Amino acid sequence: MSATVATKLTSEPPNFEELESAVVRFAGDSGDGMQMTGAQFTTSTALAGADLATFPDFPAEIRAPAGTTFGVSAFQINFGSGTVLTAGDEPDVLVTMNPAALKMNIGELREGGMVVIDTGAFTPRNLQKAGFETNPLEDDTLARFQAIELDISAMTLEAVKSFGLSNKDALRCKNMWTLGLMLWMFGRKRQTVIEWLTTKFEKHPELAAANIAALNAGHAFGETAEMSTGLKSYHIAPAKTEPGLYSTVTGSQAMSWGLVAGAQLADLTIMLGSYPITPASPILHQLSAMKEFGVITFQAEDEIAAICSAIGASFAGLLGITSSSGPGIALKTEAMGLAISTELPLIIVNSQRGGPSTGLPTKTEQSDLYQAIYGRNGDAPLPVLSAASPGDCFETAIEAIRIATKYMTPVMLLTDGYIANAAEPWKIPDMADFKPFPVQHAVAPEDGSEGKPFERNMDTLARVWVKPGTPGLEHRIGGLERDFETGHISYDPENHQKMTDLRHSKIAGIARDIPAQEVTLGEDSGDVAVVGWGSTYGPIDLAVRRARADGIRVSHIHIRHLNPFPTNLESLLAGFDQILIPEMNMGQLYTVLKDRFQLKATAMNKVSGQPFKISEIHQAINELVGKA
Amino acid sequence: MNEQSDIKKLTPKDFASDQEVRWCPGCGDYAILKCMQRTLPEIGTDPANIVFVSGIGCSSRFPYYMSTYGFHTIHGRAPAIATGLKLANPDLDVWVVTGDGDGLSIGGNHMLHVLRRNVDLNILLFNNEIYGLTKGQYSPTSKPGTVSPSTPYGSVEGSVSACAFALGSGGRFIARIIDTDQKHMPDIFKRAHANKGASFVEIFQNCPIYNDKVFADFTEKATAAETRLYCQHGERLIFGKESDKGIRLNIDTLGLEVVSIGENGVKEDDILIHDETNRMLAHMLVALEPPDFPVALGVIYADPAPSFDYSVHKQIEMVTAERGKGDLGALMRGGRTWTVN
Ligand code: SF4
Repeated sequence: MSATVATKLTSEPPNFEELESAVVRFAGDSGDGMQMTGAQFTTSTALAGADLATFPDFPAEIRAPAGTTFGVSAFQINFGSGTVLTAGDEPDVLVTMNPAALKMNIGELREGGMVVIDTGAFTPRNLQKAGFETNPLEDDTLARFQAIELDISAMTLEAVKSFGLSNKDALRCKNMWTLGLMLWMFGRKRQTVIEWLTTKFEKHPELAAANIAALNAGHAFGETAEMSTGLKSYHIAPAKTEPGLYSTVTGSQAMSWGLVAGAQLADLTIMLGSYPITPASPILHQLSAMKEFGVITFQAEDEIAAICSAIGASFAGLLGITSSSGPGIALKTEAMGLAISTELPLIIVNSQRGGPSTGLPTKTEQSDLYQAIYGRNGDAPLPVLSAASPGDCFETAIEAIRIATKYMTPVMLLTDGYIANAAEPWKIPDMADFKPFPVQHAVAPEDGSEGKPFERNMDTLARVWVKPGTPGLEHRIGGLERDFETGHISYDPENHQKMTDLRHSKIAGIARDIPAQEVTLGEDSGDVAVVGWGSTYGPIDLAVRRARADGIRVSHIHIRHLNPFPTNLESLLAGFDQILIPEMNMGQLYTVLKDRFQLKATAMNKVSGQPFKISEIHQAINELVGKA
Repeated sequence: MNEQSDIKKLTPKDFASDQEVRWCPGCGDYAILKCMQRTLPEIGTDPANIVFVSGIGCSSRFPYYMSTYGFHTIHGRAPAIATGLKLANPDLDVWVVTGDGDGLSIGGNHMLHVLRRNVDLNILLFNNEIYGLTKGQYSPTSKPGTVSPSTPYGSVEGSVSACAFALGSGGRFIARIIDTDQKHMPDIFKRAHANKGASFVEIFQNCPIYNDKVFADFTEKATAAETRLYCQHGERLIFGKESDKGIRLNIDTLGLEVVSIGENGVKEDDILIHDETNRMLAHMLVALEPPDFPVALGVIYADPAPSFDYSVHKQIEMVTAERGKGDLGALMRGGRTWTVN
């Protein structure tokens, strides 16, 4: 990898790195200390070297009744790496400490923006005081936002309980808890706040200590929170302009729905065998809650049992699915070989995380591509697909099921921790737009002639799918090599060559049955193609947009079908002078593309557990065209 | 649809595949295979509804020799694959064929869980206390001191008792039989089949090649009456050529003891009556070992409970009845939504 572009790691937390600037608004009751909170946040931000502008917004009344809309106090700050001239139009992040604050401010939050809510303050009485007829946490009020609902009141009380404060005094610390969380979110330091608190409460050291404890607790919460809380999932999605009905989905949600949708299109029942693992478990949870869809879920005793149960289900004629993350996928490897050998359909979802070994369970990475394409004993090919965004999981899951059932093969479906937990606005699909691909299980010939359970479609090379219970087609399958014709165990050298060739050709042939590779953004030839897969979609797209705005002839090509590749991919890439491949690994797609197409490309690698920044990719493009 | 509706009476030949059986001459597996082919017509399930699932090892070749559906899977994983199969189609009769290495070593974890979950499977564990297919290494059931290629100076590990393991795992049907005992074997197979839940059957299987006569203590015909205790529910635990010996509970040791009826004032009434629903008794029975005790055979424990596959489907039915059949479009539109025009 001679042309690797070095990436600079920063200490900024994930998912905000790609922001050029952000607008944050703190809103609460006058008594909640929002101005103080905002001021402290501002100080920390300024000390971190960001340009900023603020807009404190006090209530008119000095002592407005607590909990009412008149008593809402807000503080907005816009900060960024470039010049910041205003306090920002719409907040990207809104922090609301009570219902009244939510009511007064939610209307200004950017679509898709994040709203952090203290659910502990959403009591019937506070809701009534704010004039809510229905609880906004339960109706559509938050539909177009990423709502982070936390019981900040309770967590604050817990954090300060050892200081013996009155309940009222203890609750007053919740602004510091919230500040701690926000400081964590933007990678700001706590030290200035701690110093300020110590001075402010010089005469009441127990109050100083309690406030510092709350601040630290909020910070620690952010640090240790699973991505599934949504806290780390904030990112600015490109504006969605296509008309339609939208909601926000996480990748796990879209994946689960896509799997159910795909099974319905295939006219099959799902059996998910899974073992809990971060960050894949939400798929197990989602599907386990979909019993009324006929979905069977099985929390197995281990990863191996999980995939094996799915294989057993596929043998029975259902669609077996297993879902895990890298370490679990490693354990499933032998069973994948069995599914390949016995030619049973199976979906294997890998929500990738940082590796190797246990690695970084809650951080994102896309370093399991080699494992997906090559990681089995023997010559054991299988199709590999990857989802590019949370919403994209839906269609990719359907495509995986189509391929698995048509070609009687396990399919590896790659997503990652970022996609799994991130939420994005998603145009809700209409199932009528998807073409069904109903599966036909084989039955014995009606004329009474001998059934052929090992018959094969010579076009797709797929074996027929015979389910036990079918009279006249009783047969035995297994992991031993079997005869091409009869399906009996065979150690014949020529037969093994033939079967190996067959397994290879079957998967390679799928290339003829997948959509041609499209250019995601830009022209089909030019100076630079930025080629990606998976969750690098967002930063690549925005970086290519910026470079194009600078007049660079650059295009974005994002690959869903990673094995086999679309047939036109090689010629498409040949139309570009240079190819840049940013990946959150040490160059896996880069290597695979080089292997397949003898391609000359530049790898751009980042393995920090954090997504790419737009600016990093933008700069790499500039460097390639000599503009840096 | 499980029971055979056809008028045609099936015979053992209808259950034999066209594949040449490839076990070593004299292997205990032959007798078990023959017995299975002989018993299935009596059970009466349509061959199309029967599946034999196995792992890896000599015994795991079993499915190839049956004309039913079969799945020769990977080492140790038969219970896991069979669980998925049974969950997917509870109407199938699923038999799991495994061995001491397959089922208690590499697949020990799956065996534990399939038993505690009570998946409706008929599990036959062929125990020959050795690894046959890999040429004779000691297995988890080999007695300490077993000399094998991997333990040339004798093994220095304790061994596991298959039935004690199965009971400890929460198994609700535990039976034990000897490969050559063709008299009792069909009945055991029928009982295992009839039990709706995980039925665990340990079969003492002789491997004449690598571990010949390892069970000779109780398999020798001549001494059979003195060394085997055949447990029959509701009947006294009596054995011996003259039916003069029995098993009695010793209150002082809280254990079982062998007594002779008519000696030291022991009356027949003192002999324990076998209650196959008594788990404590089952634990004590499976622990009996020669030379001090006879080996307990037959159905040692049977206390049925709803099977896992039944309960899983029952729950799906209940939730569906409560919530109505799922509508994906409605579900996806059911969250917080907004419209872009
Ligand atoms: S090695 Fe032993 S168990 Fe295996 S087939 Fe031969 S005799 Fe039977």
